[in-house]
Amino acid sequence: MSVTMAFLGDFGEAIQFIFQERESVSGGVQIGGIPELAAFGATHMIVSIAAIAIAAALAIPLALWLGHIGRGDFMATATSNVGRAVPSLALLAFFISFVGLGYTNVIAVLVLLAIPPLITNTYVGMRQVDRETVDAARGQGMTGMEIVRKVELPLALPSIFGGLRTSAVNVVATATIAPLANVQTLGEPIITPQTYGFVGQLGAAILVATITLIVDFIFSRLQRAVTPAGLKLAEPAARRHFSLPTKRRIKST
Amino acid sequence: MTWVPIAQLQIEEAGGSDSCVASNGFCPDWIVENIDRYWSPLLEHVFLTVLPVAIGFAISMGLAILAHRRRWLTGPIIAVTGIFFAIPSVAAFFLLQPITGLGYTTAMVALVSYTLLIIFRNITTGLRNVPAETRDAALGQGLTERQVLFRVELPMAVPEIMAGLRIATSTTVGLAALAVFAGAGGLGSEILIDKRFKSNVIVAGGLAVLLAAAFDLLILAVQRLMTPWQRARA
Repeated sequence: MSVTMAFLGDFGEAIQFIFQERESVSGGVQIGGIPELAAFGATHMIVSIAAIAIAAALAIPLALWLGHIGRGDFMATATSNVGRAVPSLALLAFFISFVGLGYTNVIAVLVLLAIPPLITNTYVGMRQVDRETVDAARGQGMTGMEIVRKVELPLALPSIFGGLRTSAVNVVATATIAPLANVQTLGEPIITPQTYGFVGQLGAAILVATITLIVDFIFSRLQRAVTPAGLKLAEPAARRHFSLPTKRRIKST
Repeated sequence: MTWVPIAQLQIEEAGGSDSCVASNGFCPDWIVENIDRYWSPLLEHVFLTVLPVAIGFAISMGLAILAHRRRWLTGPIIAVTGIFFAIPSVAAFFLLQPITGLGYTTAMVALVSYTLLIIFRNITTGLRNVPAETRDAALGQGLTERQVLFRVELPMAVPEIMAGLRIATSTTVGLAALAVFAGAGGLGSEILIDKRFKSNVIVAGGLAVLLAAAFDLLILAVQRLMTPWQRARA
């Protein structure tokens, strides 16, 4: 075991940090090891899940409604542009300096980061539903609510889950810098190298990267699972939108 | 090991004994007096955005042309660049340090890897949306495959390619704020120097937002120049 770890250099040490407690760089306290990192990981997951749930509850119904009535091109474009232009670090620092530290503020920042991809993807998903399909549904006597529930929503689900995937990955990634606001997520060793050293930073980075990839994978499977059979032939990657389609595409479809 | 812990970065005393500054407030006077210290981080930030996007664009264009000829490559390329895209930048900045050390190289490699998925996907979509009749007409006029690509397909894909560049650029401006964790400076390091001081956060964060907006307008202007036919139609 130790021979392999030595071969891996810094990475070996970092992996050891994850599994074994050791004395901190500055001395005195024990750091690393599974119990401590599991506690960080739990906090990381709790703030992330809370943020995604709140953002989804706010953004998805709004974008479904805007998509259904066909108004909101401007709003969907604007939120996705503004959402991308504001760096996560700047947003967190803004909250720290103007509002304060702690869980609520960190979750608020993560919610704000999660909303734009959800709005864009839900809205585009709804707008991309074939108008003829909607007309056919209306011709069969469906009410507006039924059209949303039975026709538009199922066809938009892959896109909505594409948005959830992008948001979830962003949120889990950004929760890494939450320790700046005194919320001890897996970023704690990254933000406090005076205690954890480079090995601790690297160990935390390995954990954060692994968790994010797992989250990404889970959401890509979910996205596939909710895709109606008839849509599965389409290219999967095209169901994740980073912005509204360019004008030319809207015209051609 | 050459890394510098963030806590060891010098925490500079905010200038003057002004009560506004002492209370970490939003102080226009302080901003006017101290705006100079933000120019060089801003310039670093510009480099941390322009270079990764330019390199990422070159790589993506190469990959997209390759995938245009060999369709089966599209899936694997999207899968691999999708993994790069999912790894958090903060984590990537540390994962790369044992290999590329602390500084620009690490920041560059990570930032370039983020642009690939976005730009590649947009170029590919743009090329695919060229109507088959247009291609046929070009081939019928005796153009070779290569000429069709460079004279017909790529020009027609410009709006989508530019849309991809805009997304990649604004994303990179945001991620470059985290390049401070790779020891590459930028506006993010200014934010971290004093994240409780409202004036500092507003100026450093505000400059990042303005930078993203400026790049966006610039790319939009270039797109208009490159696609005169779209202007004529509108």
